[in-house]
Amino acid sequence: MAAITSVKPGTVIRPPARKGRWTPYLLLLPGMLWLVVFFVVPTISLASQSLQTGSVDEGYVLTWNFQIYVDAVRQYLPHFTRSIGYAASATLLSLVLGYPLAYFMAQKAGRWKNVLLVLVIAPFFTNFLIRTLAWQIILTDTGWVTTFARWSHLTSALQWVGLTNNDQLMSSKFAVICGLTYNFLPFMVLPLYANLERLDHRLVEAAGDLYASAFETFRRVVWPLSLPGVVAGTLLTFIPAAGDFINSRLLGNTQTVMVGQVIDGQFLRVLDYPIAAALSFILMMTIVILVGLYVRRAGTEELV
Amino acid sequence: MVDDTSGDLRLTGITKSYESFTAVDELDLTIPQGSFFALLGPSGCGKTTTLRMVAGLEEPTSGAIHIGNTDITNTKAYQRNVNTVFQSYALFPHLNIVDNVAFGLRRRGVKDHQAKAMEALELVELDGSARKKPGQLSGGMQQRVALARAIVNRPDVLLLDEPLGALDLKLRRQMQIELKRIQSEVGLTFVHVTHDQEEAMTMADTIAVMDGGRLQQVGDPATLYENPSSTFVANFLGQSNLLSATVIRVDNGSAVLDVRGVKLLIPPGLLPVGEKKVWLGVRPEKLRLVDGPLEGLNTLPGVVTDASFTGVATHYLVKMPWGQELTAVQQNDGMPRALTGATVTLAWDPHHGFALDASQDAHAGEDIEDIEAS
Amino acid sequence: MTWIRKHLIGMAAMLVLTYLLIPNLVVVIFSFNKPNGRYNYEWTRFSTDAWLNPCGPPGLCQSVGLSLQVGLIASLVATVLGTMVAFALGRHRFRGRSATNLLIFMPMATPEVVMGSSLLTLFIAMGIPTGRTTILIAHILFCLSFVVVTVKARVASLDPRLEEAAADLFANALQTFTRVTLPLVAPGIAAGALLAFSLSFDDYIITNFNASPSSITFPMYVWGAAQRGTPVQINVIGTVMFLAALVLVATGQLVSNRRARAAA
Repeated sequence: MAAITSVKPGTVIRPPARKGRWTPYLLLLPGMLWLVVFFVVPTISLASQSLQTGSVDEGYVLTWNFQIYVDAVRQYLPHFTRSIGYAASATLLSLVLGYPLAYFMAQKAGRWKNVLLVLVIAPFFTNFLIRTLAWQIILTDTGWVTTFARWSHLTSALQWVGLTNNDQLMSSKFAVICGLTYNFLPFMVLPLYANLERLDHRLVEAAGDLYASAFETFRRVVWPLSLPGVVAGTLLTFIPAAGDFINSRLLGNTQTVMVGQVIDGQFLRVLDYPIAAALSFILMMTIVILVGLYVRRAGTEELV
Repeated sequence: MVDDTSGDLRLTGITKSYESFTAVDELDLTIPQGSFFALLGPSGCGKTTTLRMVAGLEEPTSGAIHIGNTDITNTKAYQRNVNTVFQSYALFPHLNIVDNVAFGLRRRGVKDHQAKAMEALELVELDGSARKKPGQLSGGMQQRVALARAIVNRPDVLLLDEPLGALDLKLRRQMQIELKRIQSEVGLTFVHVTHDQEEAMTMADTIAVMDGGRLQQVGDPATLYENPSSTFVANFLGQSNLLSATVIRVDNGSAVLDVRGVKLLIPPGLLPVGEKKVWLGVRPEKLRLVDGPLEGLNTLPGVVTDASFTGVATHYLVKMPWGQELTAVQQNDGMPRALTGATVTLAWDPHHGFALDASQDAHAGEDIEDIEAS
Repeated sequence: MTWIRKHLIGMAAMLVLTYLLIPNLVVVIFSFNKPNGRYNYEWTRFSTDAWLNPCGPPGLCQSVGLSLQVGLIASLVATVLGTMVAFALGRHRFRGRSATNLLIFMPMATPEVVMGSSLLTLFIAMGIPTGRTTILIAHILFCLSFVVVTVKARVASLDPRLEEAAADLFANALQTFTRVTLPLVAPGIAAGALLAFSLSFDDYIITNFNASPSSITFPMYVWGAAQRGTPVQINVIGTVMFLAALVLVATGQLVSNRRARAAA
């Protein structure tokens, strides 16, 4: 039988363990410093540049020229709305196209899941400029696709809707949106897939057991549960699409100029830094607001 | 590394307190070298915290831990001669079985670690799986590997944190016997933490019952069961019927108690000293269903409100005239079983009773869900 | 009819997948083209000329070389910095967690035009001439967040009990890290490094803002070519990249599958 000792030698009260209290901060330091110096500071620099007046030759002076924002919006509002519009269309299309693919991969693919995953990721590893140039080949006037489109009156339909100007698929709004959707589709599919993969199939079964049709099951069970994935995919698609200009440059025409193109042109060719910076900043702020709204709802832990 | 002067494990005044609550409160305990010791209690009683403090994975807020004459309180986990079998096994998924078992040996620079590891695997009968990865083994096999991995280092104290929790019933029974066998073969001090009182009683030489960070009672299983020193222990280990009683007089051979007008006897030595009002306790299996009053036995009349036949025995709920329901368990010895609604008399030998002071809560330790995770 | 209904999702999925992969296929096919003019838009005739002479166009292979160089260095630095951040986020509690999460997320969410242009304004303001160094800085910047996300996922899924077990088995802090933690996190770090490399190799917009005429990366070469004339060799390089990536990713999947199957 064990004896319970009643001896109490001089005891020492110990404070709670403080092992490695500085470890997280030390680990964070280099990376976060890099981000602060090369992301935060430049953003401030961008804002500051937009409020300066001058030119490359004469130099710039900070004149707090807020008027430039008004000018920028007035001059380039069509480009902004166009960028937002194209990005929104591309995002919506990505969602419509990407959801079945993501659902199929997550729930129905079984053994082929990994193969499909590879196939979805693989295009990424070819330079996206080259891939977008490939769209020029696909949609070229003398190619099969365009010929077929003309024969099936698809081009007429598109013309009627305003997605293309003449009897072409190339150099049109249609081509730009096509390219945008294509380029950012994986950004929609992957978060959706990640989310749908964790969907418990038994919930779908339970819904069926409770008399829900396939459509109702989707509407009331699958869709609501997949919302975090949808939101993530939407953010990751819309934001870069809004700032893109490669697609409109390679696949569009002078009517499809997006704000990204303007910024690029102003910065690198016209060298009108203040207005370029202002446009850039406006674009940035739009994004920040959207992200902020999301963070409000969902917090920051899911972001990273 | 600490000098391994083996000896008893002594906890003196061990306390672990957090901002909002105290997990372990001034615990004093001595665990003799070479014994199979169980720390038993419901979830949240502090038993796992105590174990982790011995392992060095948590620091006590105050108090000291000694092994033999060596004070290990301020040493780190990797410096102590103590090893743990974790509840989730915690086998390293990237190493194969024999490398898992040899891990501790290699950290200590033992030269023939492969041979020793294989020996330990033979002890748990898994030497055939040496090259496999943990993911390829079943839960029961993983548990044995975890055991081998700890034992191979011949620690002064081997800690087991609810190691059988994840196993199914049959396997658990098997492993209980296995663990006992291995412990007596190897001769190490085993400290086994569990919430399963049956398990503790089966395996351990000594049990310490804990509740709310404090020790309730320490002793061998029989003593704890037949002579619980608190209502908590009485209710936590098995079941107890507790009757509110008043001491009328104490004679030479027996003490007379009044329970709702009925006179019941108990050996005077079992009474808590100086108490007038007590709980008279008797275990369900000590109660017999008889036809009428019997000489020398305590008897109480009642009506059967439930009779559950389990094959081995019949569990009766018998309602007393004052409303309290007592539990009685009758072995299936061929005697006719009473039906619900029947009037019966419960009888028991006064020597089989126990008494606790009435200030204790009669429901302490009762109906605590045996939830796996604490 | 019911067959279609049952397989509707599957068919839709396959169509979308085709949409995703056709351009890659076109790139491969047209690497075997021999166009008449400067541009490679129409199929003229089959030829392996471009494959036999991959470095024909001037500056092409140099640009590939620069991209590879920048990619390797940037992914290395980004992986080291990013892994450290991921460990901090994944296993430590500290104040400023929300702010850190947000700051890591923002570069992933910022349009490339904005990031590239704002970096440029910084370099202009500080008088740093654009060139290889500025490209490198920019690449490390945008790769960092992606590495953090990839590694953090892996770190967070690590069972803390394993490290306790290691300590219980006489491993000190360093030994626990090198023998238990690191081997288990390694696949995540490798994935992060790979992702960083591919992002760096593929980048055009940010690079364009921060480069100079003497430092042309492969994407910049392609862009320039799109204006001047697209040599077929571009498709050759594109095909090689695609196949290499396919092989790499497929191998990675096979290895992890085999490991998973053995453990099943």
